[in-house]
Amino acid sequence: MSELLSYDEALERFDPALGLEVHVELNTASKMFCGCPTEFGAEPNTQTCPTCLGLPGSMPVVNEIAVESAIRIGLALNCEIAEWCRFARKNYFYPDMPKNFQTSQYDEPIAFNGWTDVVVEGPEGPQTVRVDIERAHMEEDTGKSLHVGGATGRIHGADYSLVDYNRAGIPLIEIVTRPILGTREIVPLVAKAYVAQLRDLLLGLGVSDVRMEQGSLRCDVNLSLAPRDDGSESDNTGRHSLGTRTETKNVNSLRSVERAVRYEVQRHAAVLTSGRPILQETRHWHEDTGITTSGREKSDAEDYRYFPEPDLVPVAPDKEWVERLRASLPEPPHERRARLQAEWGFSDLDMRDTVGAGALGLVEATIAAGATPQAARKWWLGELARRANETETDISALGVTPAHVARVQALVDEGAINDKLARQVFDGLVAGEGTPDEIVAARGLAIVSDEGALSAAVDNAIAANPDVADKIRDGKVAAAGALIGAVMKEMKGQADAARVRELVLEKLT
Amino acid sequence: MNAPQVVSDLIRRTAAELADALAAGETTSVEVTQAHLDRIAAVDGDVHAFLVVDAEGALSQAAAADARRATGQAQSPLDGVPIAVKDVMATKGLPTTCGSRILEGWVPPYDATVVARLRAAGLPILGKTNMDEFAMGSSTEHSAYGPTRNPWDLSRIPGGSGGGSAAALAAYEAPLAIGTDTGGSIRQPGAVTGTVGVKPTYGGVSRYGLVSLANSLDQAGPVTRTVLDAALLHTVIGGHDPKDSTSIDAPLPDLVGAARRGAEGDLSGVRVGVVKELGGEGYQDGVLTRFQESVDLMVAAGAEVVEVSCPNFVHALATYYLILPAEASSNLARFDAMRYGLRVTPDGDPSAEDVMRATREAGFGDEVKRRIILGTYALSSGYYDAYYGQAQKVRTLITRDFEQAFQHADVLVSPTAPTTAFKLGEKVDDPLAMYLNDLATIPANLSGVPGISVPSGLADEDGLPAGVQILAPATADDRVYRVGAALEAALLQKWGGPLLDQARPLVGEVAQRPSRDQGASS
Repeated sequence: MSELLSYDEALERFDPALGLEVHVELNTASKMFCGCPTEFGAEPNTQTCPTCLGLPGSMPVVNEIAVESAIRIGLALNCEIAEWCRFARKNYFYPDMPKNFQTSQYDEPIAFNGWTDVVVEGPEGPQTVRVDIERAHMEEDTGKSLHVGGATGRIHGADYSLVDYNRAGIPLIEIVTRPILGTREIVPLVAKAYVAQLRDLLLGLGVSDVRMEQGSLRCDVNLSLAPRDDGSESDNTGRHSLGTRTETKNVNSLRSVERAVRYEVQRHAAVLTSGRPILQETRHWHEDTGITTSGREKSDAEDYRYFPEPDLVPVAPDKEWVERLRASLPEPPHERRARLQAEWGFSDLDMRDTVGAGALGLVEATIAAGATPQAARKWWLGELARRANETETDISALGVTPAHVARVQALVDEGAINDKLARQVFDGLVAGEGTPDEIVAARGLAIVSDEGALSAAVDNAIAANPDVADKIRDGKVAAAGALIGAVMKEMKGQADAARVRELVLEKLT
Repeated sequence: MNAPQVVSDLIRRTAAELADALAAGETTSVEVTQAHLDRIAAVDGDVHAFLVVDAEGALSQAAAADARRATGQAQSPLDGVPIAVKDVMATKGLPTTCGSRILEGWVPPYDATVVARLRAAGLPILGKTNMDEFAMGSSTEHSAYGPTRNPWDLSRIPGGSGGGSAAALAAYEAPLAIGTDTGGSIRQPGAVTGTVGVKPTYGGVSRYGLVSLANSLDQAGPVTRTVLDAALLHTVIGGHDPKDSTSIDAPLPDLVGAARRGAEGDLSGVRVGVVKELGGEGYQDGVLTRFQESVDLMVAAGAEVVEVSCPNFVHALATYYLILPAEASSNLARFDAMRYGLRVTPDGDPSAEDVMRATREAGFGDEVKRRIILGTYALSSGYYDAYYGQAQKVRTLITRDFEQAFQHADVLVSPTAPTTAFKLGEKVDDPLAMYLNDLATIPANLSGVPGISVPSGLADEDGLPAGVQILAPATADDRVYRVGAALEAALLQKWGGPLLDQARPLVGEVAQRPSRDQGASS
């Protein structure tokens, strides 16, 4: 484990610069350059053809829906859309790349010069940070390698490697920010908020499943530190000189984005403080231990020998088409947040918590599925946020869907279960035991409202607690709670508490 | 001696004649196909035009064609006429090596679009023809499986890279063949073997399944003995293909009609431009003499001849040898032993990179390695603008030269290749001398225009065939057929029959070996 400087000390000495590269897998029915299906989790190498296997002689054909999605993403990020752009070959050798070049875009991205505003909780309250988008471009995913044997799970030291080309050719959009400067101590929060916002925006556009745990949104964190600019040495150019950066690959949850940024700030600070240089390199993020380790050294000399893909014709989106796509965009995130807050009647604090937990879209979908705003917020920010924190998973990756939450609340409203039983339903959902109704049935969680059983249990409780019964008979109605508790205990929480209370009072007053 | 004569007659017919005979029920596809298989068995030991012969497949396709013909359901005019395919085209179930060790044993799971169209049109596929490795060369000597020999003189090269297809036609081993032309690989072999070859407009014939040499230059086309045969074959393989984004989404012009009209011999109203830069120094005297005769014949047929200048053509070779290696270096990266083809595993505990390196070292020939190195260099950061970028600019200038020339002429003409067939081994160690063979053919590839090579006669000094090249504006392929057929008709009249009739009979040579040692002893 690397030596770290404390976070506060790191920020006393340095100014962090952050850059984020996000790869989004589009949810098109077919791949970027061929007709193969894109379904996740199919048997390895069953969703392939000569083109996505890069067989000799095969040729690519551009997926028009992928281009449309790319344009919509660009527009949603306030980008300019290229009137004419080309694909390019990025040449490098790796066994999971069928052609040993990736068909991507280089100096002619489909979308460029955009921005998006994110809101984070700063030291002096909510703060809006503008993230400038350098570009969003189209490319194809590579295959997926599985390295068997060896200690690291990486190719080095493995006994053998397997490659699944089902993923090869899945359309990707790579979204690259400009360096995000001057955010100081909130830099990890900005990183997380940006990725969360991107996720919500992509969900709203309907262009991707955005499942970070399945790799359909993958984040690379670029970070560098420069000596702290106290304003005394301003050169009036408005430019900041950036330190040497590291690129931390595959930081694949919102929580990890925040942690990885924080970790790299502390690590860079320790290295620089000790007088050593930062190596420009790729680093690997370890979710379990919360640290990064050195990957391959990445110098600027790495040469991908980009050149325009001669097998494809240029992409020249029709202006009218782009304008139609612009007109059909969902509302921008800040407008959406304001509208939802008003619709739901949330306080500013409720709203910030919801956005901060990465649960805005989840709450919205839960409400759409029939729950009240209060109920949706209660479950997601209470019970489910707690579970996510405890198990260190993303709230969206718990295995609980908005439809599940809405159904659980409906069961509570119907009186079929109570809040306590609802928690057990969530246990079942997290464990993958089926739908809420299936779990209630399988675990026998339904509230008992059978008069005979309840009456007998109340009688047992009165018999077992004569002192309490006497107090109630003497008019101390508040003492009823003790008997109700005893009944609930006997009924394992599955009694209708209101009816039990009625029965107790009927029998004793 | 009756039966052999029938066979001999069948192999000497043109594809159009065979198609007529099949339609009239005078012969069967099985007979025609068997005749060519017999011919291959008899002469290919010497010529080595084929890398693979698929007798069983060809005969079964022939039988199916006969069944269709019998019920009046021919799938195309060429249904049942057999064909040979250059080994650069993916053929489902039939090995495809591109003349390289690195693809030894690879059997494609799919058909190239051209091959699929041949099958759909009912042409039995005789086999795959030899070629320079990955189509890099002008002599077919760079095949990893040994050179093809020129049927006119077995000590000489048949041109390249498609020497196998051209030699198969010249040796009567096939009535039709498919070639590919990146810088002249259809036209130059046509010229030096006395056969006809057409490079269609770029995008006119699908490249899907053609193993790319240089994607922006490659074009598949017909290799035949007559202009009409080329038009018939071009019509079968051409036209839009949704699997090739660079294919032209417009109907082909009436190529067969143009060839038939041209054969009537009237070129009045046609302006023929002689390209000043494609002739003179570096061109063999006999080649130039035959070329001038061809121009005179066109004039006699009514054409108006003008001289045109294309000043940037002098940069064509340099431009080509930057663009081609750049694209090729990237295309050939996929041959890494991971998924198909050769795999060489070094001793010890090799990494994936070690296996890739050893396989590419063993699997690629010198010319391929030379071009991968050139292309990798030309694309490198810091050199891109000076080399690849600059070459693309010159390419635009060459295209402008064509546009201007075509304002003054309907077609442009030049000798196809500067010399007749040279001796095997003569230039194999001198890459620059080898590259110069394509001087006249390369400009058409750089700007995508169509071209045909038609035999112009035998050079006086060596008695070997020479060719004349006719170029037309992009998508005006019909013009090369019209002018080509007119010239062909005039020349046939002059010669009193096909030029190939003047070649020595190969079978006799095999049987008696009268003069085999005089050239082929190397």
